[in-house]
Amino acid sequence: MSGLVSRQQLVLQASLLILSSLLFFLVSPAYGETLSLDDAWKTLTVKSYSKKANAINAIAEHQPPETLAVFNALLQGELFYSKRDKKLYYMSEVKEQYQFKALFNEEVITQARKRGFKKVKVNNKLRSLIRQNLAAIQLTDSDGKIRLNAVNELLKRSGGDDGDLNELISGLAIQEGDSNVKMAMQLLLAANVLSSEAHAQHHAAIATLGASLNPAALNALNRYSAPSEELKTEALKAVKSIESQKEFYSILETIFFGLSLGSVLALAAIGLAITFGVMGVINMAHGELIMIGAYTTFVVQILMPNNIGASIIVAIPAAFIVAGLVGVAIERGVIRHLYGRPLETLLATFGISLILQQAVRSIFSPLNRTVETPEWMSGAWQFNEVLALTWNRMYLIFFCIAVFMVLIAIMKKTPLGLQVRAVSQNRTMARAMGVRSDWVDALTFGLGAGIAGIAGVALSLLTNVGPNLGQAYIIDSFMVVVFGGVGNLWGTLVAGMSLGVANKIMEPWAGAVLAKILVLIFIILFIQKRPKGLFPQRGRAAEE
Amino acid sequence: MLSSRFIKTDKPDHWFLGILFVVSVLVPVLNLLVPEESMFHFSTYSVTLLGKYLTYALLAIAADLVWGYLGILSLGHSAFFALGGYAMGMYLMRQIGDRGVYGDPVLPDFMVFLNWQELPWFWHGFDMFWFALLMVMVVPGVLAYIFGYLAFRSRVSGVYLSIITQAMTYALMLAFFRNEMGFGGNNGLTDFKDIIGFSLREDSTRIALFLASALAVALGYLASRYIVSSRLGLACVAIRDAESRSRFIGYRVENIKLWVFCFSAVLAGIAGALYVPQVGIINPGEFSPLNSIELIVWVAIGGRATLYGAVVGALLVNYSKSYFTAALPEVWLFALGALFILVTMFLPKGIAGIRRRKAAKA
Repeated sequence: MSGLVSRQQLVLQASLLILSSLLFFLVSPAYGETLSLDDAWKTLTVKSYSKKANAINAIAEHQPPETLAVFNALLQGELFYSKRDKKLYYMSEVKEQYQFKALFNEEVITQARKRGFKKVKVNNKLRSLIRQNLAAIQLTDSDGKIRLNAVNELLKRSGGDDGDLNELISGLAIQEGDSNVKMAMQLLLAANVLSSEAHAQHHAAIATLGASLNPAALNALNRYSAPSEELKTEALKAVKSIESQKEFYSILETIFFGLSLGSVLALAAIGLAITFGVMGVINMAHGELIMIGAYTTFVVQILMPNNIGASIIVAIPAAFIVAGLVGVAIERGVIRHLYGRPLETLLATFGISLILQQAVRSIFSPLNRTVETPEWMSGAWQFNEVLALTWNRMYLIFFCIAVFMVLIAIMKKTPLGLQVRAVSQNRTMARAMGVRSDWVDALTFGLGAGIAGIAGVALSLLTNVGPNLGQAYIIDSFMVVVFGGVGNLWGTLVAGMSLGVANKIMEPWAGAVLAKILVLIFIILFIQKRPKGLFPQRGRAAEE
Repeated sequence: MLSSRFIKTDKPDHWFLGILFVVSVLVPVLNLLVPEESMFHFSTYSVTLLGKYLTYALLAIAADLVWGYLGILSLGHSAFFALGGYAMGMYLMRQIGDRGVYGDPVLPDFMVFLNWQELPWFWHGFDMFWFALLMVMVVPGVLAYIFGYLAFRSRVSGVYLSIITQAMTYALMLAFFRNEMGFGGNNGLTDFKDIIGFSLREDSTRIALFLASALAVALGYLASRYIVSSRLGLACVAIRDAESRSRFIGYRVENIKLWVFCFSAVLAGIAGALYVPQVGIINPGEFSPLNSIELIVWVAIGGRATLYGAVVGALLVNYSKSYFTAALPEVWLFALGALFILVTMFLPKGIAGIRRRKAAKA
């Protein structure tokens, strides 16, 4: 019977041949006669654990379609049989009732108690047998991911001196096409070699494990009791190299987190770098312009509920326009009358921020709204076993840099940018040269406000959208702009990024709140030392 | 008047002090002697409310002193106010003794709740009233001294100073929100029972606190008036209007700024200390940067560099705040925001400016 089955599998797939013959050794510890499938199903219902083991091995060899389901049910204690006719059932609890589904037909029995059914009991030995069989089946799956999972499962429990399994794996590793799976298999073999008595192979195994960042490799090395001093030092070296690599990657990860936080800070501050930095307007309503951008995103998503992925893209120009228009209105209505009186501007714009907050509260209710994250932003880029970079953070960093580039291009390459710089450096002279300074003021403020709106789009994906969104960022934004040097766009970017990284570096030992406090204190002290920020503007324009 | 020999007082000063005196006599009389049914009765609730406004008025005087006369737009005065309040709150907490929920004779409830075994070192001494009073003035004063010493020496001024004072307030707020700091975290200090032996629930205690606030406003006002009408005050105005020139003439600008700033911080601390027993709670929310900006608006609405204007602004804004938040809660922020804008655009000298303009015309 077994020969027949093997031949069938040979026809199916060449690799399965190796598997099944190896499986034969692996799963039949008694090398006894394999049961037929029907007998195997029946044998599952007997009491003797060794007979059940035979049945499990037989099922694994025949591989009927039910194999995976039955093995899993066995592991979970959900395989039952009826006392009357010894038929097998899957048990599941549905609404506090027990539902029994027959294995081989459509019969479903639902009852309040388990009466009439008995669980197919398994002990630890059987469980590990089932797991090994499951792994062996999955190891030959056509899906690379399932194969990888199976190897990783085995890796977690590696270190057992199981000759049959090793033979199986090394056979499979030769044929394995997927490099990830192959590497994991080699790790598994190396881990198993270390716990075997084959001392000659230990050198190579340590080298293999030492080159890997898989946690199982480190475990295997830590567990290793070296037979000789030489091997001991070698293993210690390998452990050290793994740990130093892990440290390196964790530093990389911290920097990455820091950069993404820095991007948030920089994005929030860019708009202010224009309104405050270039124009000198203390715009306390800046946070509320960010909030308007976030609410615009929310509205855009409501308008196109079936296209969440595209809605974010649409929201960017929409937020720019809405926030920009509000900005122009603020400039024309209020700020225009207050040029040259910076402290009064602070108060008036603060009044505007209160009005905007209340307006949003009246229109959208004071409750927080959530903006859905599009699917293309979820997930992570798995660099290796210890370093995974989430896509949304990556996009955030790219987005921040892109916005910056566009802004710098506007300021440096367009006529508007030229006029903005002219007006901010010498208003009277610019006017004398024919620059319409009031028009430039309105457009500049609109540009800063629009960029704040764009920042709002990004922030809406990170936090709840609520009336207080702006307040949370206004102080940080001012800190970033002042730290970077007023009037210097690059300074704002550098300041935002470095504050973000500093925050994240301190967070592990200081905690989030204390880290923030320390950063604030640092900035206060820094401004004492260099009142004009990191990159002060030089030249006559900077003097007052 | 006795004061006029030492302090150059003006007509509005006489009016202001006169009204303050009349109110502080009338209010206790109307509260204690007039029966409750009478329409002239002044309820204890209103007495406490007025007392609270008076502490705000003192805070506004402190802010006007540095903003109006020295040109320092401090967004950190709510921090000095809150620190004074916390010092008083710590005294009131210690007075609770074993009457707290957990009945611990020494530890306040929140410390028992956090499983602390003994009193942190900075809580020692606060069981003595004189020590608490000292700390009410010393803590804000020292903070202002350190902060001002650093800032004024490196000539941080104008908007930059505003922003870093705001950062200071914000940092303090975040710090006080932490439970580990030992100031009750989010909930702050509350559930006070009595002050120097008098129950805070008694009407007479409330009247006494009100009178203390009125007295503090009067004294703070006179002291500030003394400063601004002295040669020091003239130097302040000179610094406000032309800092570099004053420095070149030979004034030690940073010293003048520093001492006036510290005095102002101490006034704010006293205001906070009077505020806490009347309101019955102090929590980190008092540090909020928003409060500092609101305070500046009181001064702006009343009129900068007049002192009495600050008091008028504080009373007016807070009274309308109490009224609006009860009657039309949605409108309040609109109204406050509009007030900010309109006053800065059309009343740059505040309400006091109207009077002056009329006086100039006449």
